[in-house]
Amino acid sequence: MKIPFQLNGEPVVAETTYSMRLLDVVRNEFGLTGTKEGCSEGECGACLVFLDNKLVNSCMVPMSHVVGKKVETIEGFAKSERYQVIEQAFQNHGAVQCGFCIPGMIMAVENLLRTQTVFTEEIIKESMSGNICRCTGYQLIYDAIKTVIQEVVE
Amino acid sequence: MNIHDKINRVDGISKINGSAKYIEDIHLDEVFHARTLRSGIAKGRVKSIDYPVDYEDIIVVDSHDIHKNEVLMITTDMPVFTPSEVTYVGEPLSLILGKDKHRVIEFMNQIKIVYEEDEGIFAMDACTKAEDIFSEYVYEKGNIHELEYDEIFEKVYETGYQEQLYMEKQGMIASYDDHILTIQGSMQCPYYIKNALIHATGLPDHRIRVIQTTTGGAFGGKEEYPSLLACQLAAAAMKVRQTVSLIFDRREDILTTTKRHPSRTTIKSYLKDDKILGMDILYEIDGGSYRGLTDVVLQRGLLTLTGCYKIDHVQVKGKAYRTNNIFSGAFRGFGAPQSMFALEQHMNQLAKKFKEDPISYRRKYFVQQGDLSATSGVFHEKILLNQMADALIRLSEYDDLLAKKEKNMGIGVSFVPHGGGFTGDGEAAHIKAQVKLKKDTLNRVHLLVSTVEMGQGAKTVLSKIVASTLEIPIEQIVYDDPDTFKVPDSGPTVASRTTMVVGGLLYKAALELKPLMNNPAEIVITKNYVHPEEIVWNQKSLKGNAYLAYSWSAVVAVVYVDPITWEIDCQKLYGIYDVGVPVDEKTLLGQVHGGVAQGLGYGMMEKMESEQGILQHNSFSSYAVPVMADMPKMEVDWIFNPYREGPYGAKAAGELTLVGVAPAIAAAVEDATGFDLCRLPIMPEDLVKEAEK
Ligand code: FES
Ligand code: FES
Repeated sequence: MKIPFQLNGEPVVAETTYSMRLLDVVRNEFGLTGTKEGCSEGECGACLVFLDNKLVNSCMVPMSHVVGKKVETIEGFAKSERYQVIEQAFQNHGAVQCGFCIPGMIMAVENLLRTQTVFTEEIIKESMSGNICRCTGYQLIYDAIKTVIQEVVE
Repeated sequence: MNIHDKINRVDGISKINGSAKYIEDIHLDEVFHARTLRSGIAKGRVKSIDYPVDYEDIIVVDSHDIHKNEVLMITTDMPVFTPSEVTYVGEPLSLILGKDKHRVIEFMNQIKIVYEEDEGIFAMDACTKAEDIFSEYVYEKGNIHELEYDEIFEKVYETGYQEQLYMEKQGMIASYDDHILTIQGSMQCPYYIKNALIHATGLPDHRIRVIQTTTGGAFGGKEEYPSLLACQLAAAAMKVRQTVSLIFDRREDILTTTKRHPSRTTIKSYLKDDKILGMDILYEIDGGSYRGLTDVVLQRGLLTLTGCYKIDHVQVKGKAYRTNNIFSGAFRGFGAPQSMFALEQHMNQLAKKFKEDPISYRRKYFVQQGDLSATSGVFHEKILLNQMADALIRLSEYDDLLAKKEKNMGIGVSFVPHGGGFTGDGEAAHIKAQVKLKKDTLNRVHLLVSTVEMGQGAKTVLSKIVASTLEIPIEQIVYDDPDTFKVPDSGPTVASRTTMVVGGLLYKAALELKPLMNNPAEIVITKNYVHPEEIVWNQKSLKGNAYLAYSWSAVVAVVYVDPITWEIDCQKLYGIYDVGVPVDEKTLLGQVHGGVAQGLGYGMMEKMESEQGILQHNSFSSYAVPVMADMPKMEVDWIFNPYREGPYGAKAAGELTLVGVAPAIAAAVEDATGFDLCRLPIMPEDLVKEAEK
């Protein structure tokens, strides 16, 4: 069946089923492979996308929930100015290793910026704790986020 | 470029914006998707497999489709597909191929397998027959048998499984075109795979091509295991003469790939006048049903003993058992996290027994340059353990920590060594690394090595070494993902050997290339590994210099244990590292933090149990690894201790950073609770049990 929605600002129609996962549709139908499958059970955050501006684990979202909605993936977000600030901070701090978790991390950072107004250590760590990284031990990611917050918010 | 320059990762941007292509991201139009049919029992024989009929679009690939049904690792005991004999739950029986994934699953759901089941062996204690033992080693120093001692202090330490949990699952794509077999995928060791393929397919060298793709973490989990997958996929691609892709799903990956070996270490210390005269150590590990790398893991566990300490009389025995549990294998640290936990916890318990401070107590036994190691090799390099202890005390404000320690808080320390490169004469006898540097006519310099970037920063560090030596911008360096058609065998990406050994060879090649950089022609410089003369090793007696050079870590962990829930919070972690000279400090910092996270998981979170050969923790929700909120505040530093053979003085770093973490945490939890803790991971339920004693 045909499911219309908006993908990174463009109206699109997916040829799929209601039960198909949003993750598979963006990856396989639209070739947007920046959204990763880590766990496929909503536990790792590698597959994070925005659905009507809400951060969701796309491995847990069936297409029936996507009809007519706005989906933003890392590829879409990467075109924004704010992405540039985050990218630079991640690079400068050495926050990236194997990279598999990173696009999801970036989406979570953007969500933090969109949804919070105060950025205590606790708030940052809480809001980033749905993202698993097996390589970095998170410290340099945290440091990068602090830099982003300084540049964007303060 | 200068080696002291601060640089960014060379592969950073594409990993941040999502454009980096991991194996699962490679788009293929016409491809067979493969799934693995696996045994449902741990031990027995397959009597029959009934595949459904009327599925013309589905193809089964099994032991009949492979030239030699053996996966070459160190030995060849593992079959590519078992023809009948089953030795663990999840053992591969066949690959099921289809162009439509749903049809493959539909087909698989109807397969009927009849088994003749035997009683399996699931515990090391149940290994009573000779065939249940893979290997046994023993080495001695001094004479443990004739000591005049007052007392024996004996403890038994145990550790469980640990899963690498690289974020990118195992995956590979194979094709067979124009008589060339090509395997692409997520891997650490392109040449291990190539050699396994030569063995299993019978194809000549020049018809096998292995290409690494961007690898989303490995930690040892993609050292030997991918050789199995490659052989299976080779059989499939050669049968259908089309491209075949095999991407694991997460549960399958956790349930069926290698784990860190569970272990038991018994340490008897012979004491006289409060002094350790000698140690008698038995180190045992569960290898699962195939040998894989178990012997080598066992050796590293044994040869890292007796850690940072000079003990005059030592007997070390090791045993690896064959069970019907999951196949254990390589994981960052490679046998040392287990034996070092045992030794360090033992040292803590001795310090506690003698009411001494754990750092001061250790100082009495620190090895020094010129001392004999437990394997009777001379420590040729400078050893700075005392300086490291001083630095750790300053960094952690140790005295202050002790003075201000509140109730339910604990402080623990660890000191561990980690040998860089292969054990003993492995680099010279087995690996024989070769590297090439090619300067092309555009003056770009190509790093031709089989070393893979898997997140650890190999591309950044090795490029930096070469660019600094040639004094050219790093942008002039080309370092593509290894392709065995293009790069020589510089050895596997394991054993913390990348910077020290491969980097060392590249450094020498760059020195030779430097005066030729103005020559407009294409120039290729080749360097082969040369073993340092003073490193002497006898693999039979396990005597001599077990490693080329040691790196060292000193760690303090501070924990808080909740008196009601018994939950452990590791609040702070301080570390001092001697990795020679860091080639790139930002990369090293990332390695340290990552090692701390995995070590913390190993120490107090990552519980994985097996019942009758079936892993009970098989998903992200049941197997918890650290998230950002679990991490302690980390403060780390390094001392410089240049290694003569290392590039710019560098030694090994990658594994070391994990090894000392769990011991320090375990010691801290002991300190907080007063319990004797001899098993990893330490979970709240273990503390409840202790409290009830
Ligand atoms: S893949 Fe969706 S949360 Fe892990
Ligand atoms: S960088 Fe490898 S999982 Fe995060």
